[in-house]
Amino acid sequence: MSAAAPAKAGMFDCRDSFAATIESLAATDPRIVTVVSDSVGSSKLAGFKQKWPERMVNVGIAEQTVVAVGAGLANGGKVPFVSAAACFLSARALEQIKADIAYSNVNVKLIGQSSGVAYGELGPTHHSIEDMAWLRLFNNLTLIVPADPWQTEQAIRAAAAMDGPVFVRVSRMPVPALERSHASFEIGQAETLIEGDDIAIIANGTMVHRAVAAAKILAGEGIRARVVNMATVNPLDESAILAAAETGAIVTVEEHSVRGGLGGAIAEIVTANTPVPMRIMGFPGFVPTGSAEWLMEHFGLTETGIAEAARQTIARKR
Amino acid sequence: MVYEAQQGHPGGDFSAADVLATLYFGAMRYDPKNPRDPARDRFVMSKGHCTGAFYSVLAAAGYFPEAELSSYMKPLSMLNGHPNRNYLAGVETNTGPLGHGLPVAIGIAIAGQIDNADFRTFVLTGDGELQEGSNWEAALTAGHRKLENLTLIIDRNRLQQGARTEDTASLDPLDDKWRAFGWHVEMVDGHDHAALLSLLSANPKGRGKPLCVIANTVKGKGVSFMHDNVAWHHGVPNKQQYEQAMAELV
Repeated sequence: MSAAAPAKAGMFDCRDSFAATIESLAATDPRIVTVVSDSVGSSKLAGFKQKWPERMVNVGIAEQTVVAVGAGLANGGKVPFVSAAACFLSARALEQIKADIAYSNVNVKLIGQSSGVAYGELGPTHHSIEDMAWLRLFNNLTLIVPADPWQTEQAIRAAAAMDGPVFVRVSRMPVPALERSHASFEIGQAETLIEGDDIAIIANGTMVHRAVAAAKILAGEGIRARVVNMATVNPLDESAILAAAETGAIVTVEEHSVRGGLGGAIAEIVTANTPVPMRIMGFPGFVPTGSAEWLMEHFGLTETGIAEAARQTIARKR
Repeated sequence: MVYEAQQGHPGGDFSAADVLATLYFGAMRYDPKNPRDPARDRFVMSKGHCTGAFYSVLAAAGYFPEAELSSYMKPLSMLNGHPNRNYLAGVETNTGPLGHGLPVAIGIAIAGQIDNADFRTFVLTGDGELQEGSNWEAALTAGHRKLENLTLIIDRNRLQQGARTEDTASLDPLDDKWRAFGWHVEMVDGHDHAALLSLLSANPKGRGKPLCVIANTVKGKGVSFMHDNVAWHHGVPNKQQYEQAMAELV
C-alpha cells in the first residue's frame, strides 16, 4: 500500500467521511454489518471494529468471498457494507457482483475504496480506472461516485436507506469541501455547482473541484461554463445531460479510463438525442508509473487542462 | 422436462436427485407459503445447471404447481435454465456460474451465527465445480469461523462436462482436503436415503465445525444408458430414449 497523501489544511480524505457515517448509522440500525477482506485499516474501520466486533466479518484476502458473503448476509436479514480496495473489489469479484449481487438483486452495499489512480505509483494493477465502465452495465446496480466528504456521507446514508444493490466509489485523494448554495443529495440527481450557458463541464469524484476551478479560469475570460457534478452514474440524470447539451458543447472529466465510463455514459445519451461536440477527459488506459497528482497533471486532468479542453470544444460548436 | 425443453443436464440431475429429495422431504424446515420466513432453513443450489432435479423437488415441496414444470426454459418461464430468486420462491440466490453457492451460503450462516439463530444452511455443489478457486477461499472462512450451522454436500459423481474429474484436475483425497480446512467430513452413499437423512438431520449444535458430506453418487443414476456416462452431462434423449428412461425410472 502506498503512503497516504499528506493531509493539507482544508483538504479531506473521503474515507474518513465513510467511516464516520457508517458508525453513525450502525449505532441506530443493528442490521448494519461490515464485511472486509483484510481491509480494516484501509477502509478506516478500526473504530467500527472496536465498537461492534461481532458485526464485522473479515474473510481475509479473498475478494470473491467478501462479495458473496455480503450476499449471504443480506439473505440473513443484515444490511452489509462490503468494503475493499476498489481495484480488487470491482475486477476480481466482477462475476460475484454480477451474479450474487446485481442479478440476484440483493440489499448489499459495496464500497470501493481508494478508487481511481490513488495508488498511483503502485501501477495499473492497483488503479481502479475501469470500474465505472464495468459496473454501470448492471442495470439495477446503483453506482455513486461522490465528490467530497459531505457528498460521501450523503451517498452512504442514501445507500443504507434504499433497498437494493449499491456500489459507492470512495477516493483517498485529498479533496476540498465543495461550495454549495443548496446542499441536497438524491440518488440519480445531478448537482449544478456553477450556472453557465457557453459550455457544460460534467464531472464526478475527485475531478469535480478541478472542474469548478477550471470554470473560474474561464469566467475570467468571459466564458460562462456550467459545472455539473454527476455523482450518480447509474441511474444517470438524463434531464441534466439533455439540459447540458443545450449549451452546445460538453466536456466530461473523470478519474477513470476514457473508455466506457462517465463520459461514455453521457455520450450515449447525447448522441441519441441532441448531438453536440463533446470531449471526454480521463486516462487513456494503462498509465505509466507516477503519483496520483503527477498522473493527473500528465494527462491534463487539472484546472488548466480542463479549461483548455473547454475552449477547444467551444471552438467546435456549430 | 429435459425432453420437453430439448435441453438440460440430465446426468447431474439424476446424481443429485436423492440428496435433494432427502433435504426437502426429511432434513429441512421450510414453509412454501412463507418462503422468506427468517427462521427457515436455507438451501443453496450451487450446481445451478441441474435445475431439472431442483425444480422437480421445489414443485413437489409445494413452491409452485407441478404443471408449471412443462414451461421449463420456455420464453418468460419462471423456470429459467438456471435458478433465479427473483422469479421463483424457494431460490435463495441466483446461480449458474460455478463456485458461487458455497461463499453465499457462508454469508447466510454467518448472519445466523451473529443472531444466534437456529436455522441451518445447506449448499449442494458438484464435484467438478470444486475446481473453481472461489470454493477454497470460502472453505477457509467457514473453517475459521467454525460454522457448525453450515452443511456442504458434494455431489461426488466423479464426472464433469468433458471427462472424469480425476483425469481433469484431480480432487482426491477430497475428504482430507476438507479436514485440512477445518471441516468435519462424512462420506455417504448419495443414493441411500436413510444414511443421508441420518447425516443431514443430525443436530449440529456442539459440532464446532462446518459439515462436509461427500455424497458418492452416480451420474445418470436410474437410467441405464446414462449411468456413469459423460455424454449425459448435458444431452437430450430422443423419443425412444425418453420412453426407455421413463420406464426405467418408474
